[in-house]
Amino acid sequence: MRDVAVVAFAQSNAATDAHRNEVEILMPVVTEAIDRSGIGRHDLGFVCSGSCDYLIGAPFSFVQALDAIGAWPPVRESHVEQDGAWALYEAWVRLQHGDVDSALVYGFGKTSMGDLSEVLTLQLDPYFVAPLWPDAVSLAALQARAYLEATGKGERDLAEVVARSRAAAMGNPHAVVHEARSADEMLREPTVVSPLRPSDCPPVTDGAAAVVLAAGDRARELCERPAWIRGIDHRIEAHALGCRDITRSESTRLAGERAGVGDAPVDVAELHAQFSHEELILRDALGLGERVDVNPSGGALAANPMMATGLIRIGEAASRVSDGGARRAVAHASSGPCLQHNLVCVLEGE
Amino acid sequence: MSARSEAATDSLIAHHVLEFPGGYKRSVGPVVGRFLTGLRDRRIVGVRRPDGRVLVPPTEYDPETSEALGGDPSDFVEVGPAGVVTTWGWVAAPRAKHPLGHPFAWALIRLDGADTPMLHAVDAGSEDAMATGLRVRPRWRAETVGHISDIEAFQPEGGEPEVGEPEGGERGEHVAGDGEQVTIMAAPIRIDLDVGAGTAQSKFLRGLMAGKIRGQRCPVCTKVYLPPRGSCPTDGVPTEEEVELPDTGTVTTFCVVNIAFSELAPEVPYVCAQVLVDGADTALFGLVAGLPAADCRMGLRVRAVWQPPDERRPSTECIKWFEPTGEADAPYDAYKAYL
Repeated sequence: MRDVAVVAFAQSNAATDAHRNEVEILMPVVTEAIDRSGIGRHDLGFVCSGSCDYLIGAPFSFVQALDAIGAWPPVRESHVEQDGAWALYEAWVRLQHGDVDSALVYGFGKTSMGDLSEVLTLQLDPYFVAPLWPDAVSLAALQARAYLEATGKGERDLAEVVARSRAAAMGNPHAVVHEARSADEMLREPTVVSPLRPSDCPPVTDGAAAVVLAAGDRARELCERPAWIRGIDHRIEAHALGCRDITRSESTRLAGERAGVGDAPVDVAELHAQFSHEELILRDALGLGERVDVNPSGGALAANPMMATGLIRIGEAASRVSDGGARRAVAHASSGPCLQHNLVCVLEGE
Repeated sequence: MSARSEAATDSLIAHHVLEFPGGYKRSVGPVVGRFLTGLRDRRIVGVRRPDGRVLVPPTEYDPETSEALGGDPSDFVEVGPAGVVTTWGWVAAPRAKHPLGHPFAWALIRLDGADTPMLHAVDAGSEDAMATGLRVRPRWRAETVGHISDIEAFQPEGGEPEVGEPEGGERGEHVAGDGEQVTIMAAPIRIDLDVGAGTAQSKFLRGLMAGKIRGQRCPVCTKVYLPPRGSCPTDGVPTEEEVELPDTGTVTTFCVVNIAFSELAPEVPYVCAQVLVDGADTALFGLVAGLPAADCRMGLRVRAVWQPPDERRPSTECIKWFEPTGEADAPYDAYKAYL
């Protein structure tokens, strides 16, 4: 395998942004990441993006986003209709070919235009499930209760996840939620769909993120402390909810095993947990003990720009490696209802 | 498109509804169709896997081995109709699209004889009545058509039997007679979006409302983009300098439309053209009128014909069409770089 590293990362100052369109939100983020990388815009070997047409309600909306990167002379480009973390996976595979040394990866989503929880219903089975219109929070609630009852944990455990996330987010200028609250306070909230309360759910966020990858010596030239991708893998489960064991995440466990999470101690983990209970399921699946600093950014509970949230986990984890705060970090991204599809990436310093 | 905005500098926002009125018609195939046929007949049917386990609702392929399922009629087995709740969530404030208009539970329900649970609503009356392990049974609609919503909801076992309200809506239609298999179902699809045009396009659209054509210049390559999108796709930098342009230009290329494909389109034949507005570096799409379609040509000099100010909406339709100015045609060299 060819060594590939994250050499630059940028993200928007996440908030709902009524006035800028997706391209206007994306462009400064892409420019910041490219500038930080030190690679000329037209010297990038490959470009790959992740986004979802359903969010904006227009087909091929990612094509307009090419305005943000400057696609003339024509560039080598690809797109995944998934979180930008999967675009990063494709770019990592592309860099294994050996003919190019760098890649720009970005993800973006403007979720405030519609009702995200209902828009996500359209990704479900169209025969038995979507016609009933279960929204994303409702499906998450089914998994939350199944997990709590299987493990003997309670709603206080969920509230404590949120309290930790919110406390961590106070130090993150890119977070949307800037209000630290105790578990007791949150347990007094009425539920949205029990057992989930509003604070167990992610905030509506418009945003974008961009990562620049470089291979081998090119990464060392560009970056004082590249965050090397030492393992990356993704796994998907069956689409029928009833065919899955939603009390755990077997796909995350397997992806983590293949990425080598357990091969050495982990300092930091950034987990794409959009709901509080998902963090607990993911910790179990990845075998992360109490010593691991989980979601020091505040995670998706603090900012959730759909289609960029997973890529931000990789960017945040890489930043901890590059700034010397962590020797070894794990990043995770998720897609689909109830943690159906999961990607795990292990990042290390030299 | 109805547009609104808070202030002149803000983005125009339009409410868009994307939907298939009446639902998207899906052909369902033999396995899903067998399940839906069962629902129409008020029976719930699963499919047996080679290892004997029963999947409800049935899937066409085995989720572990990908082996095709349901190849033999005896592979389908009737289950339930009662079953047990394996997990649930209480909805205190139902959404408009939810199956019940009053508080209810979503639940995964494993029907008697099934090995996998299925999603549906449970009309339990109150959250206190819900529990994992609760026994429930289906409440059928008065009219069943072969659709998952033929079950109005499940309800706790032991309550009074009920038949739900007859209801039309986006559930489907009678496409199969008694004894025939259901082959089509209506899948409801709708998204409501408040789409923001963004800063640059909002300025452009407000300009059109005022009878002005406004582009934006790239600070790097100095090209003037029309319509402006707030960025230069060549250089990848923001475009902020506003450039007011005249409403005259040159037809760079065009086509003649001879088939009426939309009620909204003009009477055929009509001309669609790329018009390079004077001073712009990208051509604007528009209609050309005021001459026989057969006489339109590359290089034709044209001027915008505007909607009356009180009929304009923030849309490119502010320009009804372009018509000839009567000037001599532009030489090919004047626009060949824009083709």
